[in-house]
Parts: sequence; structure tokens; C-alpha cells
Amino acid sequence: MIRRIWGMLYRHAAMYRRSWPRLAEIAYWPTLNMLIWGFTSTYIATAHGAPRAVAAGGLISGVLLWEIMLRGQLGVTIGFLEEIWSRNLGHLFVSPLRPGELLGALVIVSAVRTLVGLLPATIIAYLLYSYNILALGPVVLLFFINLLVMGWWVALGIVSLLFRYGAGAEALAWTIAFGVTPLACVYYPLTALPGWLQPFAQALPAAHIFEGLRSALLGHGMDWRQFTLATGLNAAWALAAILVFAGEFRRARVRGALLAIGE
Amino acid sequence: MEAIRVENLTKRYPHTLAVDDISFTLAPGQILGLLGGNGAGKTTTIAMLLGLLVPTSGNITVLGRDMAMDRFAALARMNFSSPYIALPARLTVRENLVVYGHLYNVPNLNRRIGKLAEQFNLGALLNRPAGELSAGQKTRVALAKSLINEPELLLLDEPTASLDPDTGDYVRGVLEDYRRTQGAAILLASHNMGEVERLCDNVLMLKTGRIVDRGPPAELIARYGREDMEQVFLHIARSETL
Repeated sequence: MIRRIWGMLYRHAAMYRRSWPRLAEIAYWPTLNMLIWGFTSTYIATAHGAPRAVAAGGLISGVLLWEIMLRGQLGVTIGFLEEIWSRNLGHLFVSPLRPGELLGALVIVSAVRTLVGLLPATIIAYLLYSYNILALGPVVLLFFINLLVMGWWVALGIVSLLFRYGAGAEALAWTIAFGVTPLACVYYPLTALPGWLQPFAQALPAAHIFEGLRSALLGHGMDWRQFTLATGLNAAWALAAILVFAGEFRRARVRGALLAIGE
Repeated sequence: MEAIRVENLTKRYPHTLAVDDISFTLAPGQILGLLGGNGAGKTTTIAMLLGLLVPTSGNITVLGRDMAMDRFAALARMNFSSPYIALPARLTVRENLVVYGHLYNVPNLNRRIGKLAEQFNLGALLNRPAGELSAGQKTRVALAKSLINEPELLLLDEPTASLDPDTGDYVRGVLEDYRRTQGAAILLASHNMGEVERLCDNVLMLKTGRIVDRGPPAELIARYGREDMEQVFLHIARSETL
């Protein structure tokens, strides 16, 4: 198992080594996002004084942390799409590589992509806006892991859609996670949403993660209740995504969709 | 133990009967040709043998393993090549072979790649991206990939399509040699009837999902009173009674 996963990691490392546009894409959007929101935050902090600085810090940390979910999701789905684009899935699915091993490799690739992609944005936040997200302490790691896991199960859902609808569903890989953003409460508290929308937001781990983040930013320490809710929801959604993936993979084998997934 | 045992295999889609109750076996060391026109059911049959497609009914046993229950154990001992699927274009030929060497858990991988490079004359191509190769070179690389794990069973879909006659002949020689030295079984889908006559011990003639005839090429040629397999193929394809 380990050697097969290693084989897939080698495949992606070799690909990135030979493709600077792919490497640039990893960091491009998080960096751009950080510049836009960083300057916006600086403006808010300087125009409205010190109390708003906390809100500005919330914006910057929100940008950084939400990018973890987005990059985590894109890392898995783009990795899978690479196999469709290169018409290589036919070789992979008739090799001894299990679907779970393929996903395992994509999850590792996604984690590395996310770390590499966020590094420039993190450095920019520190150098240009004097914002050090690591100053929040070890809780950042807990937020990081939870958001990454959320990105992975969203990706698993998208890959399931690719099995069902073929490469025609490719656009979803780029858009679905962005569509979740209004409910993730990244830049505003849960209470800012209309009452009828709040239960939908509360069903997502992200809303609890960012409520916890705001608590930490306001100096109230780690909100373990929110963290526990986020982790539990992540586990439930991940389990559901795995079941959907297994079902769609099986259905694709029945319908013959694996033979024509690139069309 | 047969390399392949297929019993009453059927694949039905909502509006099509792609494979209709076929049964056959393939013994180790034998080459079996799967012939038929477009839509005859060759690709569907191969896809089911590879586990890419779940049969509607029937049983497939490959190298003693039930493909419905234990396909990964069989997949580790077999391999597949088709010009209709590709290898990652950005990766060099060597990198592609390394990837598949890991996936198939090949021991002494560098030595194995060296041997395949020699066998398929890939030495000068090893460090070139797969996407920059000509169609014929890609076919040779795909064949090298299909032998990376020294498979006991090899499934080949049009293995010499897009190869010039000289290289095609060379590749057929490699396949004959591989079958002889390794005792491997080969299932070959091809539209090149000269190739079928040269390589195949037995042939299955498929039409609209059914096996309409079978036997050694020479026997089929004699049975239909034709000069070669090309004429046998045309006769069966155009016949309304078969």
C-alpha cells in the first residue's frame, strides 16, 4: 500500500517539477487574496482606530484560514482532474492501486500544496500588515487541520460528481467551495446571518471554526465547544462523503462511466 | 489453472445488450484473439476482465481470482495496454515507468526499466516527456509499461496500431518472445488480421455481443473456405445469418 501511494506522490512531484504554471497557480490566488484583504484591513484599522484593528486582524486571519479549506479542496480535485486531463485514469484503475490509496495520495498532495501555497500569503501578512497568524498559538494547528479535512470531504463530494457526470462536472471543482463561503461565516459572526439561514451555517464545520477563531482573536482563549462541534461535524460529513464516493465509484463501474469519464 | 475463465458473461445497458452470454477460457502460454467489428463487444469484454466494468451477470475468474470479489489480487499479476488511454504527458518516459513500477510493486525497478528500454528501443527516449513522443513511440512506451510487472496475463487492445510496419513487426516479435519465455497468456483485440494469424493460437469472433465462432485461425480459414483471416472477418461481419 505504502509503495503504491508513494508511486502516486512521485507522479505528482514529477509533474509539478516540470510545470511552473502549476506551481504558480498553487500560490497565486492566496497571495492575491491576501493583498486585497490585507490593504482593506489596513484601511479599516487606520481609518477607524484601534478597536477596529481586531476586526482587521479577523479579516486577515479569515482570509488565510479560509484559503486552507479552498486549497485543500482544490488540491484533491485538481489532482484527480490531472488524471482525467492526461487520460491516465484507465491505466490507474486497472492497476493494483485501490481507490482509497489514490485518494490517500491526493490528500497528501493537497496538504503539501496547501502549505506551499499559503506560505507567501503568510509572509506577506507578516511583512506588509504586521500580522502573525502563528501568534494565536497552537490553536492555529487545530483550525488548520479541521479546515483541511473540510476541504477534503468537499473534494470527495466533487470527485463523486465527476464519476457521475464525467469531466462535464469539472467546473464544479472550481466553484462549489466558493459557493459555501457565505455560510462559512469567515468574515462575520453567525449572528450576522438571517435567522432562517443560521441552521444551515451551523451544519458546516467552518462556521464553528471561525466562531472559535474570533473568540481566540478577542482574547477569550480557545472555544472548545465550537472546536468539538466543528470536529464532530467534520467527522460526520467526511463519513458521508466517503459513503457517497464509494457508491458513485461502484455505480460508475456498473454504468461503464470509468471508460468515458474524460468525455 | 486457466489465466482467464469466463462463464455466461452478459453486460446489459438500459438500451443495449453489449455482451450476450459469452463463455471462454484462456490457458497460460496461449494467445487468444478477440475479433469483431465496431460495437461487437470487444472493449466491453476487456473492460469487464479488467474490473473497470461490473457485469450484469456471469462470472470472471482471472489467474484463479474471482474478479467480483478479489480483483486487486489479479490486477497485480496482469497488465493492459491500449493506444486509447495515455500516460501523463509532462512526465518523462522513465518517470512514467517508475510510477507504474511502484504501483505494481516491481522489485529492482531500475534494472527492469533498463531491460524494457533495451527491449523496446527506448534508450534515447527515457528522459523525454511522454507528451513529446510520436504516436508510434507512445505505443512502444505503453507496451513497455504493460510489461513492467512481468504480467502472467496481458490484455492488449490494438497493440500495434499507429506503428510503422517495421516497428509493428518488431513488437509482435517481442510479444511472441515474452509469451514463450514467461509462459504468459495474452488476450489480443486487433483489427490487423495478419497480426492475428501470426500471433493467435485461438480466436473468438464477436458480433453484436455474441461469440459467433471460435477456433485457431488456420481452422477458421479452412472452415469458411477463405484465403486468410481478413476474408473470414469480412464474411462474418457481412453475414446476416451469423
